[in-house]
Amino acid sequence: MAFLDELKKSLDPGAPKELWGVVAEFEDEEQLLKAGRAMHHTHGYTQLDAMSPFPVHGIEAALGIPRSILGFIVICVGLTGTMTAILLQWWTGAVDYPLVIAGKPLFAFEFAMPIMFELSVLFSAFACVFGMLALNGLPRLYHPTMNFSRFGRASDDGFLLVVEKSDPKFSAVETRNLLMSLGATSAEVVED
Amino acid sequence: MATHNTATENLTLTTSDLDAISPRLVLDKDGRPTGYKEVTEDVSRIVEMKTPASWWVAFVISFLVMMMLFGLLAYQVYTGVGVWGNNGPIGWAWDITNFVFWIGIGHAGTLISAILFLFRQKWRTSINRSAEAMTLFAVCCAAIFPVFHVGRVWRAYWLFPIPNTDINMWQNFRSPLLWDVFAISTYGTVSALFWYVGLIPDLATIRDRATGWRAKIYGFFSLGWRGSAKHWNNYEMAYMLLAGLSTPLVLSVHTIVSFDFATSIVPGWHTTIFPPYFVAGAIFSGFGMVMTLMVVFRAWFKLEHLVTIKHLENMNKVILATGTIVGYAYGTEFFIAWYSGNDYERFAFVNRAFGPYWWAYWSMISCNVLSPQFFWSKKLRTNVPFMFVISIFVNIGMWFERFVIIVTSLHRDFLPGSWGYFRPTWVDILTFTGTFGLFMTLFLLFVRFVPMIAISEVKGVIAADKHRHLPEHVEAQLAAKRDEIMKVVA
Repeated sequence: MAFLDELKKSLDPGAPKELWGVVAEFEDEEQLLKAGRAMHHTHGYTQLDAMSPFPVHGIEAALGIPRSILGFIVICVGLTGTMTAILLQWWTGAVDYPLVIAGKPLFAFEFAMPIMFELSVLFSAFACVFGMLALNGLPRLYHPTMNFSRFGRASDDGFLLVVEKSDPKFSAVETRNLLMSLGATSAEVVED
Repeated sequence: MATHNTATENLTLTTSDLDAISPRLVLDKDGRPTGYKEVTEDVSRIVEMKTPASWWVAFVISFLVMMMLFGLLAYQVYTGVGVWGNNGPIGWAWDITNFVFWIGIGHAGTLISAILFLFRQKWRTSINRSAEAMTLFAVCCAAIFPVFHVGRVWRAYWLFPIPNTDINMWQNFRSPLLWDVFAISTYGTVSALFWYVGLIPDLATIRDRATGWRAKIYGFFSLGWRGSAKHWNNYEMAYMLLAGLSTPLVLSVHTIVSFDFATSIVPGWHTTIFPPYFVAGAIFSGFGMVMTLMVVFRAWFKLEHLVTIKHLENMNKVILATGTIVGYAYGTEFFIAWYSGNDYERFAFVNRAFGPYWWAYWSMISCNVLSPQFFWSKKLRTNVPFMFVISIFVNIGMWFERFVIIVTSLHRDFLPGSWGYFRPTWVDILTFTGTFGLFMTLFLLFVRFVPMIAISEVKGVIAADKHRHLPEHVEAQLAAKRDEIMKVVA
C-alpha cells in the first residue's frame, strides 16, 4: 500500500526527512534540452526527469525516456469494446429474446456495425485517459519535487531538470555543481 | 529589432518581415511581448479576478432563461407531449429540429480539437478549449429533446440495454434510433474525457497560483499533475490517440443522426447523400457558433492577442468551404430527385422550395449558401463585426435546414387526406429559447471557473513560433532571386 504509506508520511510532520534528489531550474526549453542531453548522453545519468509547462519537443530522446506503451493498452481495451458490442447485440437479439422485426435477421454484422464502432471508441477513450493516468501514477497528493522552492514555476514559465538519488552517478554536491555548470539558474537539493 | 536568418546566408529578415509573410499566432499585447508568463497571467486572470458586473448580468439573464426551460419541461412532463405542436402527419417537428441543431453545433469542438490536431493546425490551440466546452454544453441541450419527446421521460432508461423487469425485453438493435442513442452518449462521454485531459495541466497552473481552499479544489481536479517529462510523454500519446479516436467518432455521430432519416422510406429523407451532407452541415453550424462566441468573449476578456484575426480568418475559411459544400448538397438533392424519375421524390423537392414552406427553404438557402460567400473577400473575412453578423446568419440558417428537412418532408403524406401544416405552440418556442439559457449558463460558468484558453498548448505554440520558417516555395523564390534582393538591400 504505497499510497497509504505516502499519505501517512505526508500527514506526519515529525517524519524524518531524507535526501531525495536535485532539482535545477533553466531559463528556457532550449537550455533545458541542452543540459538534459549533456546529463544523459555525456555524463551518463539515467534517473532523469524534467518538469515543464508544456511538452518540450525532443526531451524524451534527450533524457532517455522510452516511447509510451499506452497504444498497446488502448488497442486491447478497444477490441474488448468491439467484442462487447458484438456479444451484446447477438445475445440480446438472437439468443435471449429473438423477435422478428420487419423480416430482418436476428443478428447480422451489417446492422451491428454502428454500435460495434461506437463501443470500440468508447472503451478505447476510457483506456486512453485512465491508462495515461495509471502510467503516470496519477492522481497523487504528493511528490518530493513539490518541496522544490520554485515548484510552481513548472506550470508557469520554469523549466526544471530533476535527478533522483537512485541514479548510480548521483552525488548531492557534484550533481548540483554539474547542473550549475550546465547553465542552471538555480539548483537545490530536495528532501522527501 | 531581432533578426532571423533564412533562405540564404546573406539574406536576413527582421521579425516584422517574417510576421508579414507568416503571421504569428500569439501577438504582442499593447506593445508588451507575450511570453510564457504573460500567457499564464492573461488566461488565469479571467478565473482569478473579482467577478465582473457584466458577468453577473449575463449570468442572471441566462439563469432565468434556463429556469424557464426547466419549468416548461416540467409542464410538458406533467401535461403530456401534446403541449408541443407535433401532430399527425408531422410527428417530428421542433423537438427533433432542435436536437439536430444542437448536436450539429457540438461538432465544431471535436473537429477543432481532433481533426485539426491530426493535421497539425497550430491555430487550433487558442480556440479548442472553448470549442470543446461548447460541444459538451450543446450535447446537453440536444439530449433534452429526444429524451423528453419519448413522452414518459421517467422511462427514458429503456433506451439503454439495462436489464429490467418493466418490459422484460431488449432494445431493437436493428433500428438507427438505437444506434443514435449509442452514438450520442459515446460522443458526449468522449468529448468530456478529451476536454478534461486537456484541462489537467491548466488546472495545475491555476492550482500553483492559488492559495487556501481554491488551491485544494484545483489541486483535486488537477490530480497532482506536475508537468514531468515522463508524464508529458504518456500525455501526448493519450492526446494523439484521443484525437485519432475522436476523428472518426465526430464523423460517425452526424452520420448516424442522418440514418434516423435516411433509412426511412419518406420521400425527402430517403437519400444516400445524407451522411456526408449532415457532417458538412454540422461542421458549418459548429464553426458558426464558435465564431459567435469567440468574437464576443475575446473582446470581453481582452484576449485579442491570443485569439487573433488570423484565427478568426481561418475559421471563416472553414465556414466558407463547408457552407459551399452544403450548398452543393442542396443542388445534388434536387438533381437526384429529378433524375430518380420517382414522382413522390420529385414532388417532395419541388414542394420544399415552392410549397407552403417556401419561406423556410429560401431562408435556409440565403443564410447557408449565400451569406458565407462574402468570405471570398479577405477584407470581409477579417472584419470582426461583419463576421459576427454572418455567424448569426449561419446559426439561423442551419436551424432552418433541419426544420426544412424534417417538417417539409412530413407535411405532405402519401395520401392527401393526411396532409397538414405545422405551427409551433408557445411551449415549443419557449422551450427552444430556454435551451439557449442552459447553454449560456454553462458556458459562463465554464469561462469563470476554468481557463478558457489551453494555456499549456498556447505555450507550445509560442515555443514553435521561435523557430518559424517561411513556406518552402517562398524560401525557394528568395533563394532564386537572392542576387536581386541583395542589390536592393545594399
